[in-house]
Amino acid sequence: MKQKRLYLYPLWLRVWHHVNAVLMIFLIATGISMQYSDPAYPLIRFDIAVNVHNWAGVLLTVSYFFFLFGVIFTAIGRYYVIRTEGFVISFIKQMRYYLFGVFQGQKNPFNVSEEKKFNPVQLITYNLIMHAITPITFITGWALIFPETIVLNVWGYSGIMLTSLVHSVAGFFISIFLIIHLYVITIGPSTRANFKTIIYGYHEVHDDHDLKKEG
Amino acid sequence: MRRAFTKGFKSLIRVGATLFVILFTSGLMATEYSDKPEISEESQQCLECHSKMRYSLVDPYTGDTATFKMYEELRIDPLRYVNATHGSFSCLDCHSYEYETHPHPIEVKFEPRYVCMDCHGNNDVFADYHFNTIAEEFDISIHGNHYIENFSCWSCHNPHTYVNTARKGGPISDVVAYNNSMCLGCHGDISHYAVLIERQLTNMLSKHDWLPNQSLHFRKVRCIDCHAATNDSILVAHHILPAKEAVKNCVDCHSTNSILLASLYKHQVIERRNKFGLFNAAITSEAYIIGANRNYFFNVISAVIFGLVLIAISIHSVFRYINYRKKTK
Repeated sequence: MKQKRLYLYPLWLRVWHHVNAVLMIFLIATGISMQYSDPAYPLIRFDIAVNVHNWAGVLLTVSYFFFLFGVIFTAIGRYYVIRTEGFVISFIKQMRYYLFGVFQGQKNPFNVSEEKKFNPVQLITYNLIMHAITPITFITGWALIFPETIVLNVWGYSGIMLTSLVHSVAGFFISIFLIIHLYVITIGPSTRANFKTIIYGYHEVHDDHDLKKEG
Repeated sequence: MRRAFTKGFKSLIRVGATLFVILFTSGLMATEYSDKPEISEESQQCLECHSKMRYSLVDPYTGDTATFKMYEELRIDPLRYVNATHGSFSCLDCHSYEYETHPHPIEVKFEPRYVCMDCHGNNDVFADYHFNTIAEEFDISIHGNHYIENFSCWSCHNPHTYVNTARKGGPISDVVAYNNSMCLGCHGDISHYAVLIERQLTNMLSKHDWLPNQSLHFRKVRCIDCHAATNDSILVAHHILPAKEAVKNCVDCHSTNSILLASLYKHQVIERRNKFGLFNAAITSEAYIIGANRNYFFNVISAVIFGLVLIAISIHSVFRYINYRKKTK
Protein backbone atom coordinates (compact mmCIF):
# COMPACT_ATOMS: atom_id res chain seq x y z
CA MET A 1 0.00 0.00 0.00
CA LYS A 2 1.42 3.33 -1.08
CA GLN A 3 1.21 6.26 1.32
CA LYS A 4 1.50 9.88 0.39
CA ARG A 5 0.96 13.15 2.17
CA LEU A 6 -0.50 16.07 0.25
CA TYR A 7 0.05 19.56 1.65
CA LEU A 8 -3.37 21.08 0.91
CA TYR A 9 -3.87 23.58 3.70
CA PRO A 10 -1.13 26.23 3.97
CA LEU A 11 -0.59 27.87 7.36
CA TRP A 12 -2.46 31.12 6.52
CA LEU A 13 -5.51 29.11 5.44
CA ARG A 14 -5.48 27.00 8.61
CA VAL A 15 -5.16 30.09 10.82
CA TRP A 16 -7.97 31.78 8.90
CA HIS A 17 -10.15 28.65 9.23
CA HIS A 18 -9.69 28.44 13.01
CA VAL A 19 -10.21 32.16 13.55
CA ASN A 20 -13.32 31.99 11.38
CA ALA A 21 -14.61 28.96 13.30
CA VAL A 22 -14.10 30.64 16.68
CA LEU A 23 -15.81 33.83 15.46
CA MET A 24 -18.74 31.83 14.08
CA ILE A 25 -19.15 30.03 17.42
CA PHE A 26 -19.11 33.35 19.30
CA LEU A 27 -21.62 34.82 16.85
CA ILE A 28 -23.97 31.85 17.05
CA ALA A 29 -23.84 31.69 20.86
CA THR A 30 -24.42 35.43 21.35
CA GLY A 31 -26.98 35.53 18.52
CA ILE A 32 -29.07 32.75 20.10
CA SER A 33 -28.73 34.42 23.50
CA MET A 34 -30.08 37.72 22.15
CA GLN A 35 -32.80 36.21 19.99
CA TYR A 36 -34.17 34.11 22.87
CA SER A 37 -33.40 36.59 25.65
CA ASP A 38 -35.55 36.14 28.69
CA PRO A 39 -35.22 37.77 32.11
CA ALA A 40 -35.92 34.40 33.76
CA TYR A 41 -33.37 32.39 31.74
CA PRO A 42 -30.44 34.61 30.83
CA LEU A 43 -27.89 32.77 28.68
CA ILE A 44 -25.36 35.58 28.22
CA ARG A 45 -25.96 39.03 29.74
CA PHE A 46 -27.69 41.01 27.00
CA ASP A 47 -25.35 44.02 26.79
CA ILE A 48 -22.30 41.71 26.79
CA ALA A 49 -23.92 39.56 24.08
CA VAL A 50 -24.60 42.67 21.95
CA ASN A 51 -21.02 43.94 22.21
CA VAL A 52 -19.40 40.55 21.63
CA HIS A 53 -21.73 39.88 18.68
CA ASN A 54 -20.96 43.26 17.10
CA TRP A 55 -17.19 42.92 17.49
CA ALA A 56 -17.15 39.31 16.34
CA GLY A 57 -19.19 40.38 13.30
CA VAL A 58 -16.70 43.14 12.46
CA LEU A 59 -13.79 40.68 12.77
CA LEU A 60 -15.66 38.09 10.71
CA THR A 61 -16.03 40.63 7.90
CA VAL A 62 -12.28 41.34 7.98
CA SER A 63 -11.62 37.58 8.09
CA TYR A 64 -13.96 37.02 5.14
CA PHE A 65 -12.19 39.55 2.92
CA PHE A 66 -8.86 38.03 3.91
CA PHE A 67 -10.20 34.65 2.73
CA LEU A 68 -11.65 36.17 -0.45
CA PHE A 69 -8.28 37.75 -1.22
CA GLY A 70 -6.68 34.31 -0.80
CA VAL A 71 -9.26 32.68 -3.07
CA ILE A 72 -8.77 35.28 -5.79
CA PHE A 73 -4.99 35.75 -5.65
CA THR A 74 -3.54 32.42 -4.50
CA ALA A 75 -3.59 28.86 -5.83
CA ILE A 76 -6.36 27.75 -3.41
CA GLY A 77 -8.91 29.56 -5.58
CA ARG A 78 -8.93 26.68 -8.06
CA TYR A 79 -10.38 24.35 -5.42
CA TYR A 80 -13.59 26.40 -5.30
CA VAL A 81 -14.27 26.35 -9.02
CA ILE A 82 -17.24 24.15 -9.98
CA ARG A 83 -16.77 22.42 -13.33
CA THR A 84 -20.15 21.60 -14.79
CA GLU A 85 -19.05 18.56 -16.83
CA GLY A 86 -20.24 15.43 -15.01
CA PHE A 87 -20.80 17.44 -11.86
CA VAL A 88 -24.39 16.33 -11.23
CA ILE A 89 -23.52 12.64 -11.55
CA SER A 90 -20.50 13.04 -9.22
CA PHE A 91 -22.68 14.95 -6.78
CA ILE A 92 -25.31 12.18 -6.73
CA LYS A 93 -22.58 9.53 -6.33
CA GLN A 94 -21.09 11.44 -3.40
CA MET A 95 -24.48 11.89 -1.73
CA ARG A 96 -25.21 8.20 -2.21
CA TYR A 97 -21.91 7.38 -0.57
CA TYR A 98 -22.64 9.65 2.43
CA LEU A 99 -26.18 8.32 2.84
CA PHE A 100 -25.68 4.57 2.14
CA GLY A 101 -22.22 3.60 0.89
CA VAL A 102 -20.47 4.61 4.06
CA PHE A 103 -22.40 1.87 5.95
CA GLN A 104 -21.67 -0.77 3.32
CA GLY A 105 -17.91 -0.37 3.46
CA GLN A 106 -17.80 1.24 0.00
CA LYS A 107 -14.84 3.38 -0.97
CA ASN A 108 -15.26 7.13 -1.15
CA PRO A 109 -16.00 7.87 -4.84
CA PHE A 110 -13.95 11.05 -4.62
CA ASN A 111 -10.18 11.00 -4.70
CA VAL A 112 -8.43 13.88 -3.02
CA SER A 113 -5.58 15.16 -5.16
CA GLU A 114 -3.50 18.26 -5.56
CA GLU A 115 -5.93 19.38 -8.28
CA LYS A 116 -9.17 18.60 -6.44
CA LYS A 117 -9.44 19.09 -2.72
CA PHE A 118 -13.20 19.10 -2.28
CA ASN A 119 -15.77 16.56 -3.36
CA PRO A 120 -18.88 17.87 -5.22
CA VAL A 121 -20.99 18.02 -2.04
CA GLN A 122 -18.28 19.97 -0.22
CA LEU A 123 -17.86 22.25 -3.24
CA ILE A 124 -21.53 23.19 -3.31
CA THR A 125 -21.77 23.58 0.46
CA TYR A 126 -18.57 25.58 0.96
CA ASN A 127 -19.36 27.87 -1.97
CA LEU A 128 -22.87 28.47 -0.68
CA ILE A 129 -21.67 29.18 2.84
CA MET A 130 -18.65 31.29 1.93
CA HIS A 131 -19.93 33.14 -1.12
CA ALA A 132 -23.63 33.57 -0.35
CA ILE A 133 -24.75 32.97 3.23
CA THR A 134 -21.75 34.48 5.07
CA PRO A 135 -21.81 37.69 2.96
CA ILE A 136 -25.60 37.95 3.48
CA THR A 137 -25.05 37.57 7.23
CA PHE A 138 -22.37 40.22 7.55
CA ILE A 139 -23.98 42.68 5.13
CA THR A 140 -27.27 42.54 7.08
CA GLY A 141 -25.26 42.61 10.32
CA TRP A 142 -23.49 45.82 9.31
CA ALA A 143 -26.85 47.30 8.30
CA LEU A 144 -28.15 46.50 11.78
CA ILE A 145 -25.14 48.18 13.39
CA PHE A 146 -25.97 51.26 11.30
CA PRO A 147 -29.79 51.00 11.12
CA GLU A 148 -30.12 54.49 9.62
CA THR A 149 -28.92 52.92 6.34
CA ILE A 150 -31.95 50.59 6.21
CA VAL A 151 -35.12 51.45 4.27
CA LEU A 152 -37.71 52.39 6.90
CA ASN A 153 -40.73 50.61 5.53
CA VAL A 154 -41.11 47.74 3.07
CA TRP A 155 -44.72 46.85 2.21
CA GLY A 156 -45.90 47.98 5.64
CA TYR A 157 -43.17 46.12 7.53
CA SER A 158 -40.22 47.67 9.25
CA GLY A 159 -37.10 47.45 7.06
CA ILE A 160 -35.11 46.76 10.23
CA MET A 161 -37.40 43.84 11.05
CA LEU A 162 -36.97 42.31 7.57
CA THR A 163 -33.19 42.83 7.67
CA SER A 164 -33.08 41.16 11.09
CA LEU A 165 -35.16 38.28 9.80
CA VAL A 166 -32.79 37.68 6.86
CA HIS A 167 -29.83 38.02 9.26
CA SER A 168 -31.29 35.46 11.71
CA VAL A 169 -32.26 32.99 8.96
CA ALA A 170 -28.78 33.21 7.39
CA GLY A 171 -27.22 32.80 10.86
CA PHE A 172 -29.41 29.76 11.47
CA PHE A 173 -28.18 28.11 8.24
CA ILE A 174 -24.59 28.77 9.27
CA SER A 175 -25.21 27.08 12.64
CA ILE A 176 -26.80 24.08 10.88
CA PHE A 177 -23.81 23.98 8.51
CA LEU A 178 -21.43 24.03 11.48
CA ILE A 179 -23.10 21.01 13.10
CA ILE A 180 -23.18 19.00 9.86
CA HIS A 181 -19.62 20.08 8.99
CA LEU A 182 -18.31 18.92 12.38
CA TYR A 183 -19.99 15.55 11.89
CA VAL A 184 -19.11 14.98 8.23
CA ILE A 185 -15.39 15.59 8.79
CA THR A 186 -15.39 12.53 11.05
CA ILE A 187 -16.09 10.49 7.87
CA GLY A 188 -12.64 9.66 6.57
CA PRO A 189 -9.96 6.99 6.81
CA SER A 190 -10.38 7.46 10.57
CA THR A 191 -12.65 9.72 12.62
CA ARG A 192 -9.69 11.98 13.43
CA ALA A 193 -7.99 12.03 10.01
CA ASN A 194 -9.71 15.17 8.70
CA PHE A 195 -9.26 17.00 12.01
CA LYS A 196 -5.51 16.30 11.75
CA THR A 197 -5.52 17.58 8.18
CA ILE A 198 -6.97 20.96 9.11
CA ILE A 199 -4.56 21.26 12.07
CA TYR A 200 -1.32 20.17 10.35
CA GLY A 201 -2.21 20.95 6.75
CA TYR A 202 -1.41 17.49 5.33
CA HIS A 203 -3.93 15.12 3.81
CA GLU A 204 -2.86 11.51 4.09
CA VAL A 205 -3.65 9.36 1.07
CA HIS A 206 -4.01 5.84 2.36
CA ASP A 207 -4.52 3.48 -0.52
CA ASP A 208 -3.89 2.87 -4.20
CA HIS A 209 -7.41 3.89 -5.09
CA ASP A 210 -6.82 7.39 -3.73
CA LEU A 211 -3.54 7.68 -5.55
CA LYS A 212 -4.76 6.66 -8.99
CA LYS A 213 -4.63 10.22 -10.24
CA GLU A 214 -1.35 11.02 -8.54
CA GLY A 215 0.41 8.44 -10.79
CA MET B 1 -81.88 59.49 -35.60
CA ARG B 2 -79.49 57.04 -34.01
CA ARG B 3 -76.59 59.52 -34.36
CA ALA B 4 -78.71 62.29 -32.74
CA PHE B 5 -79.56 59.97 -29.86
CA THR B 6 -75.88 59.05 -29.32
CA LYS B 7 -74.89 62.70 -29.43
CA GLY B 8 -77.61 63.63 -26.93
CA PHE B 9 -76.61 60.79 -24.61
CA LYS B 10 -72.94 61.85 -24.70
CA SER B 11 -73.89 65.47 -23.89
CA LEU B 12 -76.00 64.25 -20.98
CA ILE B 13 -73.08 62.26 -19.59
CA ARG B 14 -70.76 65.26 -20.03
CA VAL B 15 -73.16 67.58 -18.18
CA GLY B 16 -73.75 64.99 -15.46
CA ALA B 17 -70.04 64.43 -14.99
CA THR B 18 -69.38 68.18 -14.80
CA LEU B 19 -72.15 68.60 -12.22
CA PHE B 20 -70.82 65.66 -10.22
CA VAL B 21 -67.30 67.11 -10.20
CA ILE B 22 -68.57 70.54 -9.13
CA LEU B 23 -70.80 69.15 -6.40
CA PHE B 24 -68.23 66.66 -5.17
CA THR B 25 -65.30 69.08 -5.04
CA SER B 26 -67.39 71.85 -3.50
CA GLY B 27 -68.62 69.34 -0.91
CA LEU B 28 -65.05 68.30 -0.16
CA MET B 29 -63.94 71.90 0.10
CA ALA B 30 -66.84 72.73 2.37
CA THR B 31 -66.03 69.74 4.59
CA GLU B 32 -62.36 70.62 4.69
CA TYR B 33 -63.15 74.21 5.58
CA SER B 34 -65.61 73.36 8.33
CA ASP B 35 -63.31 70.68 9.85
CA LYS B 36 -60.44 73.10 10.28
CA PRO B 37 -60.50 74.75 13.72
CA GLU B 38 -60.55 78.49 13.49
CA ILE B 39 -59.00 81.02 15.81
CA SER B 40 -61.78 83.09 17.34
CA GLU B 41 -61.87 86.82 16.78
CA GLU B 42 -61.05 87.63 20.40
CA SER B 43 -58.13 85.20 20.33
CA GLN B 44 -56.89 86.83 17.14
CA GLN B 45 -56.71 90.08 19.07
CA CYS B 46 -54.50 88.43 21.70
CA LEU B 47 -52.32 86.88 19.01
CA GLU B 48 -51.77 90.31 17.47
CA CYS B 49 -49.05 90.65 20.10
CA HIS B 50 -48.59 87.14 21.48
CA SER B 51 -47.72 85.54 18.14
CA LYS B 52 -44.98 88.05 17.42
CA MET B 53 -41.39 88.50 18.50
CA ARG B 54 -42.00 92.15 19.38
CA TYR B 55 -45.03 94.13 20.42
CA SER B 56 -45.79 97.84 20.76
CA LEU B 57 -47.60 99.82 23.45
CA VAL B 58 -48.90 103.35 23.20
CA ASP B 59 -48.57 105.66 26.21
CA PRO B 60 -52.17 106.90 26.80
CA TYR B 61 -50.90 110.26 28.14
CA THR B 62 -48.10 111.21 25.74
CA GLY B 63 -49.15 109.15 22.73
CA ASP B 64 -45.60 107.80 22.46
CA THR B 65 -45.12 104.29 21.12
CA ALA B 66 -42.60 101.87 22.66
CA THR B 67 -41.61 98.45 21.28
CA PHE B 68 -40.79 95.51 23.55
CA LYS B 69 -39.57 91.98 23.16
CA MET B 70 -42.24 89.29 23.49
CA TYR B 71 -40.62 86.70 25.73
CA GLU B 72 -40.58 83.11 24.51
CA GLU B 73 -42.82 81.87 27.34
CA LEU B 74 -45.55 84.34 26.33
CA ARG B 75 -45.31 83.71 22.61
CA ILE B 76 -47.93 81.49 20.93
CA ASP B 77 -47.44 79.93 17.51
CA PRO B 78 -50.96 80.32 15.93
CA LEU B 79 -50.49 77.29 13.68
CA ARG B 80 -49.41 74.98 16.51
CA TYR B 81 -52.13 76.42 18.72
CA VAL B 82 -54.93 75.85 16.25
CA ASN B 83 -53.77 72.26 15.66
CA ALA B 84 -53.30 71.51 19.35
CA THR B 85 -55.73 69.52 21.52
CA HIS B 86 -57.13 72.78 22.96
CA GLY B 87 -56.95 74.59 19.62
CA SER B 88 -60.70 75.20 19.44
CA PHE B 89 -60.62 77.15 22.72
CA SER B 90 -60.67 80.87 22.87
CA CYS B 91 -57.96 82.54 25.01
CA LEU B 92 -60.57 83.90 27.41
CA ASP B 93 -62.03 80.44 28.00
CA CYS B 94 -59.08 79.88 30.33
CA HIS B 95 -57.62 83.33 30.93
CA SER B 96 -59.29 86.15 32.87
CA TYR B 97 -61.39 88.76 31.00
CA GLU B 98 -59.12 91.39 32.47
CA TYR B 99 -56.52 90.35 29.88
CA GLU B 100 -58.62 92.27 27.40
CA THR B 101 -57.15 95.44 28.86
CA HIS B 102 -53.89 96.67 27.33
CA PRO B 103 -51.39 96.82 28.82
CA HIS B 104 -52.58 94.01 31.12
CA PRO B 105 -53.13 95.25 34.69
CA ILE B 106 -50.75 93.84 37.28
CA GLU B 107 -53.66 92.28 39.22
CA VAL B 108 -54.13 89.56 36.61
CA LYS B 109 -50.76 88.10 37.59
CA PHE B 110 -52.18 87.26 41.01
CA GLU B 111 -55.31 85.55 39.83
CA PRO B 112 -55.33 81.78 40.22
CA ARG B 113 -54.79 79.98 36.94
CA TYR B 114 -56.75 76.97 35.79
CA VAL B 115 -55.05 73.64 36.23
CA CYS B 116 -55.80 70.53 34.15
CA MET B 117 -57.85 68.88 36.87
CA ASP B 118 -60.25 71.83 37.04
CA CYS B 119 -61.76 70.59 33.79
CA HIS B 120 -60.52 67.03 33.49
CA GLY B 121 -60.81 65.83 37.10
CA ASN B 122 -63.94 63.89 38.14
CA ASN B 123 -65.44 64.48 34.72
CA ASP B 124 -67.27 61.61 33.05
CA VAL B 125 -66.60 63.07 29.61
CA PHE B 126 -62.93 62.18 30.10
CA ALA B 127 -63.51 58.91 31.99
CA ASP B 128 -61.45 56.92 29.43
CA TYR B 129 -58.40 59.02 30.16
CA HIS B 130 -58.43 58.32 33.92
CA PHE B 131 -57.21 61.81 34.78
CA ASN B 132 -57.62 61.15 38.51
CA THR B 133 -55.22 58.20 38.27
CA ILE B 134 -52.83 60.35 36.23
CA ALA B 135 -52.93 62.98 38.99
CA GLU B 136 -52.27 60.32 41.66
CA GLU B 137 -49.37 58.90 39.65
CA PHE B 138 -47.94 62.38 39.12
CA ASP B 139 -48.18 63.12 42.85
CA ILE B 140 -46.01 60.14 43.78
CA SER B 141 -43.55 60.72 40.94
CA ILE B 142 -40.17 62.43 41.20
CA HIS B 143 -41.71 65.48 39.52
CA GLY B 144 -44.72 65.69 41.78
CA ASN B 145 -43.57 64.85 45.26
CA HIS B 146 -42.90 68.46 46.13
CA TYR B 147 -39.22 67.90 45.48
CA ILE B 148 -39.42 70.50 42.74
CA GLU B 149 -41.27 73.73 43.33
CA ASN B 150 -43.88 74.96 40.86
CA PHE B 151 -43.85 71.76 38.84
CA SER B 152 -47.27 71.21 37.32
CA CYS B 153 -48.93 69.56 34.32
CA TRP B 154 -48.03 72.69 32.32
CA SER B 155 -44.33 72.06 32.88
CA CYS B 156 -44.50 69.19 30.38
CA HIS B 157 -47.82 69.70 28.62
CA ASN B 158 -47.93 73.18 27.20
CA PRO B 159 -51.70 73.82 26.99
CA HIS B 160 -51.23 75.99 23.89
CA THR B 161 -49.41 73.35 21.85
CA TYR B 162 -50.14 70.00 23.49
CA VAL B 163 -51.20 67.19 21.13
CA ASN B 164 -52.24 63.78 22.39
CA THR B 165 -49.95 61.80 20.11
CA ALA B 166 -50.29 58.55 22.08
CA ARG B 167 -53.95 58.17 21.05
CA LYS B 168 -53.67 59.56 17.54
CA GLY B 169 -52.52 56.25 16.07
CA GLY B 170 -49.79 57.94 14.00
CA PRO B 171 -46.25 56.64 13.53
CA ILE B 172 -44.57 55.53 16.77
CA SER B 173 -41.50 57.55 15.77
CA ASP B 174 -43.66 60.72 15.97
CA VAL B 175 -44.91 59.72 19.43
CA VAL B 176 -41.32 59.11 20.57
CA ALA B 177 -40.00 62.38 19.13
CA TYR B 178 -42.87 64.40 20.61
CA ASN B 179 -42.61 62.81 24.06
CA ASN B 180 -38.84 63.01 24.28
CA SER B 181 -38.93 66.66 23.27
CA MET B 182 -41.05 67.28 26.41
CA CYS B 183 -38.37 65.70 28.64
CA LEU B 184 -35.46 67.30 26.83
CA GLY B 185 -37.22 70.67 26.97
CA CYS B 186 -35.82 70.83 30.52
CA HIS B 187 -33.32 67.96 30.77
CA GLY B 188 -31.53 69.13 27.64
CA ASP B 189 -31.85 72.89 28.12
CA ILE B 190 -30.35 74.58 31.18
CA SER B 191 -32.41 77.77 30.65
CA HIS B 192 -35.62 75.80 31.29
CA TYR B 193 -34.14 73.38 33.82
CA ALA B 194 -32.72 76.19 35.99
CA VAL B 195 -36.18 77.78 36.25
CA LEU B 196 -37.42 74.70 38.08
CA ILE B 197 -34.45 73.54 40.13
CA GLU B 198 -31.08 74.78 41.28
CA ARG B 199 -28.91 71.88 40.28
CA GLN B 200 -26.29 71.12 37.67
CA LEU B 201 -27.82 69.77 34.49
CA THR B 202 -26.72 66.20 33.78
CA ASN B 203 -25.29 65.48 30.34
CA MET B 204 -27.83 63.07 28.90
CA LEU B 205 -25.44 61.59 26.34
CA SER B 206 -22.65 60.68 28.76
CA LYS B 207 -25.18 59.55 31.37
CA HIS B 208 -26.51 57.00 28.84
CA ASP B 209 -23.07 55.86 27.62
CA TRP B 210 -23.77 52.35 28.81
CA LEU B 211 -26.62 51.98 26.32
CA PRO B 212 -25.57 50.04 23.18
CA ASN B 213 -26.56 51.85 19.98
CA GLN B 214 -27.52 54.94 21.98
CA SER B 215 -28.86 57.10 19.17
CA LEU B 216 -31.15 54.31 17.95
CA HIS B 217 -32.58 53.89 21.45
CA PHE B 218 -33.17 57.64 21.71
CA ARG B 219 -35.05 57.64 18.42
CA LYS B 220 -37.05 54.47 18.99
CA VAL B 221 -38.13 54.63 22.63
CA ARG B 222 -39.40 57.34 24.91
CA CYS B 223 -37.50 58.46 28.01
CA ILE B 224 -40.53 57.46 30.10
CA ASP B 225 -40.42 53.88 28.81
CA CYS B 226 -37.40 53.34 31.07
CA HIS B 227 -37.88 56.15 33.56
CA ALA B 228 -41.54 55.71 34.55
CA ALA B 229 -43.51 52.96 36.25
CA THR B 230 -46.46 51.81 34.17
CA ASN B 231 -50.04 51.70 35.42
CA ASP B 232 -52.49 49.41 33.63
CA SER B 233 -55.39 51.86 33.76
CA ILE B 234 -53.64 54.75 32.01
CA LEU B 235 -52.15 54.88 28.54
CA VAL B 236 -49.06 56.97 29.30
CA ALA B 237 -47.11 56.41 32.50
CA HIS B 238 -46.87 59.49 34.72
CA HIS B 239 -45.08 57.95 37.70
CA ILE B 240 -41.61 59.25 36.83
CA LEU B 241 -39.00 57.37 38.87
CA PRO B 242 -35.75 58.62 40.37
CA ALA B 243 -32.88 58.00 37.90
CA LYS B 244 -31.43 55.14 39.95
CA GLU B 245 -34.72 53.20 39.67
CA ALA B 246 -34.88 53.42 35.88
CA VAL B 247 -34.90 50.26 33.76
CA LYS B 248 -31.33 49.20 33.10
CA ASN B 249 -31.83 45.55 32.42
CA CYS B 250 -31.80 45.10 28.62
CA VAL B 251 -34.01 42.00 28.64
CA ASP B 252 -36.84 43.92 30.28
CA CYS B 253 -37.47 45.23 26.77
CA HIS B 254 -35.57 42.65 24.72
CA SER B 255 -37.77 39.65 25.47
CA THR B 256 -41.20 38.44 24.38
CA ASN B 257 -42.65 39.96 27.53
CA SER B 258 -41.15 43.31 26.61
CA ILE B 259 -42.24 46.10 28.95
CA LEU B 260 -42.63 48.26 25.84
CA LEU B 261 -45.85 46.42 25.11
CA ALA B 262 -47.31 47.91 28.27
CA SER B 263 -45.97 51.35 27.53
CA LEU B 264 -44.90 52.63 24.09
CA TYR B 265 -46.89 50.06 22.09
CA LYS B 266 -49.84 49.77 24.49
CA HIS B 267 -52.25 51.53 22.15
CA GLN B 268 -51.32 49.36 19.13
CA VAL B 269 -50.82 46.07 20.89
CA ILE B 270 -54.39 45.45 21.99
CA GLU B 271 -55.73 44.78 18.51
CA ARG B 272 -52.72 43.45 16.73
CA ARG B 273 -51.26 40.68 18.85
CA ASN B 274 -51.59 37.44 16.94
CA LYS B 275 -50.33 34.15 18.20
CA PHE B 276 -49.92 32.70 14.71
CA GLY B 277 -47.86 35.55 13.32
CA LEU B 278 -45.08 37.50 14.83
CA PHE B 279 -44.88 37.67 18.57
CA ASN B 280 -45.55 41.30 19.41
CA ALA B 281 -46.57 42.17 15.86
CA ALA B 282 -47.46 45.72 16.91
CA ILE B 283 -43.77 46.53 17.20
CA THR B 284 -42.80 45.27 13.75
CA SER B 285 -44.47 47.91 11.60
CA GLU B 286 -41.92 50.47 12.74
CA ALA B 287 -39.15 48.77 14.61
CA TYR B 288 -37.48 45.51 15.43
CA ILE B 289 -36.51 44.74 18.99
CA ILE B 290 -34.10 41.84 19.34
CA GLY B 291 -35.61 39.28 21.67
CA ALA B 292 -39.06 40.85 21.62
CA ASN B 293 -39.92 40.11 18.00
CA ARG B 294 -39.98 36.41 17.36
CA ASN B 295 -41.87 34.66 14.63
CA TYR B 296 -43.94 31.70 15.76
CA PHE B 297 -43.56 29.82 12.45
CA PHE B 298 -39.84 30.49 12.19
CA ASN B 299 -39.39 29.28 15.77
CA VAL B 300 -41.21 26.03 15.00
CA ILE B 301 -39.52 25.51 11.62
CA SER B 302 -36.04 26.20 13.02
CA ALA B 303 -36.65 23.83 15.96
CA VAL B 304 -37.89 21.11 13.55
CA ILE B 305 -34.91 21.53 11.18
CA PHE B 306 -32.49 21.53 14.11
CA GLY B 307 -34.12 18.43 15.58
CA LEU B 308 -34.12 16.59 12.23
CA VAL B 309 -30.44 17.36 11.69
CA LEU B 310 -29.56 15.98 15.14
CA ILE B 311 -31.73 12.88 14.61
CA ALA B 312 -30.19 12.29 11.15
CA ILE B 313 -26.67 12.64 12.56
CA SER B 314 -27.50 10.26 15.43
CA ILE B 315 -28.94 7.61 13.09
CA HIS B 316 -26.01 8.03 10.68
CA SER B 317 -23.43 7.65 13.43
CA VAL B 318 -25.19 4.56 14.86
CA PHE B 319 -25.13 2.86 11.43
CA ARG B 320 -21.50 3.82 10.98
CA TYR B 321 -20.66 2.33 14.36
CA ILE B 322 -22.48 -0.92 13.51
CA ASN B 323 -20.54 -1.11 10.22
CA TYR B 324 -17.28 -0.38 12.06
CA ARG B 325 -17.98 -3.21 14.57
CA LYS B 326 -18.71 -5.61 11.71
CA LYS B 327 -15.44 -4.70 10.01
CA THR B 328 -13.30 -5.02 13.14
CA LYS B 329 -14.77 -8.48 13.91
